Amino acid sequence: MTKPQEQITTKIWHEEPENDNPFASKTSYCSGYDVYGDLLGKVSWAEYIYLLFKLEKPEPWQAALLEGVAIAIANPGPRDLSVRAAMNGGVGGSTAASCLMAALAPGAGKNGGAREVYQVMRLWQQCEFDLALWQENLSDYKDEQKVEVWPASEHTPGFDPYGASCATPVLQTLEHLTSIYPQGALAYLTKHRATFETSADCPLGMTGVIAAAFTDLALSDEQAEMLFLLLRLPGAAVHSLEQKKLGWRKYPFFGDGLTLTNDPGPKQPKTTIQEAP
Amino acid sequence: MNGPKTLEQAEDNWHTTMGAAPPGKPILYRGKDMFADLHDISWFKLIMFGITGRDFTDNQIKLFEAIQVITVSYPEPRLWNNRIASLSGTARSTGILGTTAALASSEAKIFGNQANILAIDFIRRAKDAIKNSKDMPDFVLKDLKKNRAISGYGRPLLNTDERIKPLLNRAKKLGLADGPHVALAFKIGDFLSSSRYKLILNASGLSAALMADQGFNHREYYYATMLAFSAGIIPCQIDAANQKEGTFFPLSCNRLNYTGKNIRNW
Repeated sequence: MTKPQEQITTKIWHEEPENDNPFASKTSYCSGYDVYGDLLGKVSWAEYIYLLFKLEKPEPWQAALLEGVAIAIANPGPRDLSVRAAMNGGVGGSTAASCLMAALAPGAGKNGGAREVYQVMRLWQQCEFDLALWQENLSDYKDEQKVEVWPASEHTPGFDPYGASCATPVLQTLEHLTSIYPQGALAYLTKHRATFETSADCPLGMTGVIAAAFTDLALSDEQAEMLFLLLRLPGAAVHSLEQKKLGWRKYPFFGDGLTLTNDPGPKQPKTTIQEAP
Repeated sequence: MNGPKTLEQAEDNWHTTMGAAPPGKPILYRGKDMFADLHDISWFKLIMFGITGRDFTDNQIKLFEAIQVITVSYPEPRLWNNRIASLSGTARSTGILGTTAALASSEAKIFGNQANILAIDFIRRAKDAIKNSKDMPDFVLKDLKKNRAISGYGRPLLNTDERIKPLLNRAKKLGLADGPHVALAFKIGDFLSSSRYKLILNASGLSAALMADQGFNHREYYYATMLAFSAGIIPCQIDAANQKEGTFFPLSCNRLNYTGKNIRNW
């Protein structure tokens, strides 16, 4: 008796082979829908992404919300840590994939990155619509794991540790997304933003808005983390390509910015960075 | 509220003791002159110095290398992280893309860096908490119940770990096998393997104990082992790159076991 061949188990994808080639797919189905025979030309990108993650056709508001999120975070701009990493790949003439991989590393982090979105998703799961619980968690945020590969959190996730007030694009995104779905986490965040910010001692950040939107889309914490990584890559891609063309001479090197504090030479340190009062 | 003041102070103002390579000036590495003080140092010793800022004896360096050689440097292309390099090779991607992606995925839960960091944390906590052999079962079982697993004990696929013996022998030859964390790791292994949980001390657990005995905390150990899998990964990439493109374990359509929704229209 021959041993049965090992298989990949999936609820997402089904393929029927071409008659002349078992390695070529004739028809590909995503959660039951014929991708090339039915969906292509009929569904929007946001609808298809929703289908891939949720395995169901979105309601119009769900597709609109996902599209709003995708536009809001597609390009965090060239000062963003993940985009800067991608541009470092670009100016050095690195491979395209390495530029995107470069963006993913800082873009994954707890400071404005996908892990922060994951953390806020966890908070929504724990606090739901209990304001007192939110206040307790935001005023004294504690990592769920004391020892993990991620560094310890240095600020309340979802909020901007260096913000003076809630930044205009964050407010505009919150307002737009809440208008699409005015009865869930986004609406709750809009209503209680000031209270949340007082508890966190920081203004709301983009990760906080996006996590609320992903909560309204009923994504899991891990789905939200993954989707946030994915949706922020367009900006990284185009900015790395642009800097590749412009070259390293036009890109900051911070020539006078570095101070070796144990340098035996004559250079004196500038002011020491201190926490602001 | 901090506000933007911290960022204003930091703009164009990075302070470091790690080093710099200013044009025309000595290259400094953690305060040492690269060409005067470090030019004949081994690459591995430099990495360990870079991570910890400490100098290690030749025997300590040999132990650290042995841990990486014996426990994870296997060019077995079916291992999950190595397979990423093989897939990159067969897809005709570049060596660095495949290798770094495989390395990144070595930060896994069931093996690799997520498991390692917990393993050294466990044995260090155990060493601090367990004052005598009577305390041991209670501490271990509480930890097991709380976390549903103890990193450094048990092994997917197998009930033995063939890496323990050669690694321990190497550590003994180097005179570095007699520390308290290693002794405790074996005692806990004896207890757990004879309990109903049947968990054996695995190579990750022994490595963590050996490194804890050399004064490594969990974060230093994490950094020290980040590149450990590379010696197994790179040959996998090369092997697949050298063979015919696309031939590394190809899958035909019927290798998908679809368990989702029935065929439907949008």
